Amino acid sequence: MTDLLRIDAELVRTILVSFIRQEITRAGLTRAVVGLSGGLDSAVSCMLSAQALGPHNVLALMMPHRTSSPDSLADAQRVVEQTGVRHDTVEITAMVEPLFERFPAAQARRRGNAMARERMIVLYDQSADFGGLVVGTGNKTEILLGYTTLYGDSACAINPLGDLYKTQVLELARALGVPDSIQKKPPSADLWKGQTDEGELGYTYAEVDRLLYLLVDERYSPQECVAAGFAAKFVRSVTERVRLNQFKRVLPPIAKLSNRTVGYDFLYLRDWGT
Amino acid sequence: MELHLALAQISTSLGTLRPNLEKHLRFIRQARTAGADLVLFPELSLTGYVLQDLVPTVACRPTESDPVFGELLAASKDIDVVVGFVEEDQRNRFYISAAYLSKRQVRHVHRKVYLPTYGLFDEGRFFAWGDHVRAFDTRFGRAGLLICEDFWHASPPYLLWLDGADLLLFMSASPGRGVGGGATLESAWWVEQVNQSYASLFTSFVAHTNKVGFEDGLNFWGGSTVFDPNGHCLARAPYHEETLKLVTLDLNQLRRTRARLPLLRDERTALVQRELQRILAQPDRTTHLG
Repeated sequence: MTDLLRIDAELVRTILVSFIRQEITRAGLTRAVVGLSGGLDSAVSCMLSAQALGPHNVLALMMPHRTSSPDSLADAQRVVEQTGVRHDTVEITAMVEPLFERFPAAQARRRGNAMARERMIVLYDQSADFGGLVVGTGNKTEILLGYTTLYGDSACAINPLGDLYKTQVLELARALGVPDSIQKKPPSADLWKGQTDEGELGYTYAEVDRLLYLLVDERYSPQECVAAGFAAKFVRSVTERVRLNQFKRVLPPIAKLSNRTVGYDFLYLRDWGT
Repeated sequence: MELHLALAQISTSLGTLRPNLEKHLRFIRQARTAGADLVLFPELSLTGYVLQDLVPTVACRPTESDPVFGELLAASKDIDVVVGFVEEDQRNRFYISAAYLSKRQVRHVHRKVYLPTYGLFDEGRFFAWGDHVRAFDTRFGRAGLLICEDFWHASPPYLLWLDGADLLLFMSASPGRGVGGGATLESAWWVEQVNQSYASLFTSFVAHTNKVGFEDGLNFWGGSTVFDPNGHCLARAPYHEETLKLVTLDLNQLRRTRARLPLLRDERTALVQRELQRILAQPDRTTHLG
């Protein structure tokens, strides 16, 4: 089963490096900004960006909150040292605390979302200063499951990893030589103490990636997934979760009134004219 | 007789004719300098591929008076040129077209007959379907032009073969997909298999130019090829790189292969016609066919 998720890492690397280079240069720019969390996805995005543009053209931003795990920063530093990219550390604590003071009853999820959105603000602000595009880090698993913050960590100009399942990002990371400590640690958004992706989701990436591959890539019906050996409850929960999170993957619907409406019949690629 | 063929595996800018035309003229000059007789560009080489609402804004007519074709026809004085473009007809229908230019004349225009409108493809929304599959004469023999999806169906190459084409000229803007099958993209492997099969089954030359570059997240994989009448690969351009690939075709190979393997001679066209008519005349045929 895991063979279905196999990728040719060198082929993927070649395509993604070329994607980053071409999509940035055609926009008239030469640089990229990446939010480097110390996690797997951003490490891979950062390395690919460095290969695409040259390390001096990549700005890695570390944006810890006072509650962030110190391991995260240490791991991010390892990526910086390995790639030679430019870097800056911008602590976001003082930027989000006023919001939490104003609304002290906000639970962990709201605080986590605010932190993710604050990081987006810093990234976009710094990208204007640095003269680069924000390169995203979202993978296919989290995009499908909606395990992202809308307008937070999912915000970017281009996304090289969005068609790779988490399991496949790990395979690419291995081939790229991402530091061992990053490859081995449990994936986590690090938005509160002890948070892990798999703890929050209720299943492992290995399991859910195999299921998502069948459901999405191979267009299996839920019944066919059950016949393939997945628990019915698991299949139901994942298919519902994918459906419920479609709103995070599309632009907000515009009410159509005219004969030509943005989002329906005003159709151009982002690369229009380049 | 030898045909010196150049595969112009280029990237394009999206929706801007002038920069693309300039690139065409550069590649044509380069091909001529390198001794090529014919240069083959990819699908929609003058415009880019995912045009959507840009289609009407980049349309051309393959005539001397057209500003784009005027220059291309001039460039075809000493080398034959095949280009991809958006064609607007007299009644404002738009086609994905290919034109064969030779000695300042338009020898043939092919309008894409199969428009993929599924998955990531949306051609049928913006373009009209071509209605003809015709072989045509060139100074190298009888040839046929097909565009991408046209050769993802066996019928157009088969028709061209029956119409006398010994040289099949394919062009595409094929987005790369499938990274789980080894060092080659699955889509590249599939197309190469298919092209090799046509060359083998029709004992003909099959030349294919595919574009390179990106349009948003779609990558175009290049990998342009030429297969000979034995089904051997004479050349493959690199994947994902812009390049001018030169290949010499020994047209005498047609004779040698067909002497050994007379599939063309033995093809029973009357049987095909008879059986096809029977199949299409069946009252319940909609259960079997479209």
